[in-house]
Amino acid sequence: MKPRSAWPSLCAVLAAMLLVMFGLPLVTGLFGLVQATVFIAMAVLALSQGFIWGFGGIMSFGQSAFFGLGGYTYAVAVMNMGDSTAPFFLAILLPAAFAALLGYFMFYGRISDAYVGVITLTVTVILFNVVNSTAGDVYHIGNAPLGGFNGMPSVPPLNMPGDPSTPLEPQQIYYVCMALLILVYALLRLILASKFGRVVVAIRENETRAMLLGYDPRLYKLLVFAIGGGIAGLAGCLFTNWGGFISPTVFGLSQSAQIIIFVLVGGLGTLIGPILGAVAIEYLISVIGSQQTLNADLILGVVLVAFVLLVPQGVVPVLRNGVQRLLALRRPAALRAPKVAQP
Amino acid sequence: MSVPLLQTSGLTMRFGGVTAVDSVDFALGEVELRCLIGPNGAGKSTFFKMLTGQLMPTAGTIRFRGRDITEAKTHEIARLGVGIKTQVPNVFNGLSVYENVFVAATRGHPPHRARTMVDQVLTRTGLTDIAFRTVGQLAHGQRQWVEISAVLAQEPDLILLDEPAAGMTYDEVVRTSELIREINRAQALIVVEHDMQFIRMIAKTVTVFNRGRILVEDSVDAVLTNQTVRDIYLGKQAA
Repeated sequence: MKPRSAWPSLCAVLAAMLLVMFGLPLVTGLFGLVQATVFIAMAVLALSQGFIWGFGGIMSFGQSAFFGLGGYTYAVAVMNMGDSTAPFFLAILLPAAFAALLGYFMFYGRISDAYVGVITLTVTVILFNVVNSTAGDVYHIGNAPLGGFNGMPSVPPLNMPGDPSTPLEPQQIYYVCMALLILVYALLRLILASKFGRVVVAIRENETRAMLLGYDPRLYKLLVFAIGGGIAGLAGCLFTNWGGFISPTVFGLSQSAQIIIFVLVGGLGTLIGPILGAVAIEYLISVIGSQQTLNADLILGVVLVAFVLLVPQGVVPVLRNGVQRLLALRRPAALRAPKVAQP
Repeated sequence: MSVPLLQTSGLTMRFGGVTAVDSVDFALGEVELRCLIGPNGAGKSTFFKMLTGQLMPTAGTIRFRGRDITEAKTHEIARLGVGIKTQVPNVFNGLSVYENVFVAATRGHPPHRARTMVDQVLTRTGLTDIAFRTVGQLAHGQRQWVEISAVLAQEPDLILLDEPAAGMTYDEVVRTSELIREINRAQALIVVEHDMQFIRMIAKTVTVFNRGRILVEDSVDAVLTNQTVRDIYLGKQAA
């Protein structure tokens, strides 16, 4: 049985995303679009975790470090420069460079997988504490006061490239975010289909074999981690744009935990899963937030436990297997996959 | 004398107080087929791990075509042209047979060339029918063949096979021996095996390891009739 080509599924997903992009403004008002914008920023963040964890096999507990770094980089840079064009790219490049540096020490230092988790977690906690303690007039970078635990208010939104006098409206920010989500998704699919992506997945499967075939796993993991850091930084930039505000909670532990829940719920080893997981969980949190009876963290905890126990693969892989089984049943028996070849 | 393909001198590996490989001087010519035998714990697999950079020798040197590779990284040695099928199959369990071999073929080759190479290798090893099955679901013998296929797609000049016939049926053993002889037309091999019948099928020269040292190195007939070799395989103390 030849595996199906990846093109139909890629086209279907892209078409569905474009449909949502242009369909949503028809069915919801400005409030809905603004809310969707933060969901999209979280979906981009979930993609970064889904990529490095599900395909690179790197368990990062600290994707929020790059997310927060991206957000702060954008805020500080745009307040100093005025024009948002360079800050936008800086918000991707700086976290990517930081991830590359951190990755260099972790992967070239031959640290075991468990310690990668510990180190990334520690890094985000350190960043939280550092930024949290920058309250007061002393702490500023250029014209941008860091504000400590109060965060940085009134961060200017993205403007038309090269034209600071034309800031984007919230609807336009929504379109930009959605377009970037689609772009990141397509880019990751392309990476995974490339030779580089195949080797990355092979390394996840068996690092020793990859080395014995002449690939250097350290380099591949470093690159995957840096790409993930850049995407998380982009998500941070979009998040800051959504509210015009950023505070140290972006580095917090609950933020880190949420990203992992996005990916677990949606499905590890897929790209669409983390996107759906992020949107579903964020929607759930916003619904719970509108009432007082139940605490959001409590519900999230229940969701996590339920998924780990009942649907450990996540929603998307379970659905995909179900659909494939149904398709196989509909086909006549003669056309089904050949029986197991004799060993 | 021309430079040997592989040469070790004084190669030693100590784990704490245990000397697993003890000053081994070993040489292999271009396109030579050598069998390596010896009881469990003789140091054969440790020897292979040092040749492929998975273990750093305590002392001694390894040269590949005269080039010192003693401290080279595993992937660098692989790039020079050394392929290995490990004792416990190291394969990409979550991927298909095709992808396992493709990942090996695609290093240094554009995708269309790599695909042709994969097709050729799978035809050669007879895995075409199961090319799109997931390797983790295959039987042990088949997974060994997948690993051998990946090593072949890597196109190495020296192939190390650690117990290629283990867990195979008689027919599979015969097929493996035919494949090894075919490979040997263009590539050098070192084969570690316990199955004496298999050794007889393929071997010309046999090196016997015992307690980390080379005990004898001779033609297959001379080695298999050697009384000391018989004794160590039957568990007696080597004289």
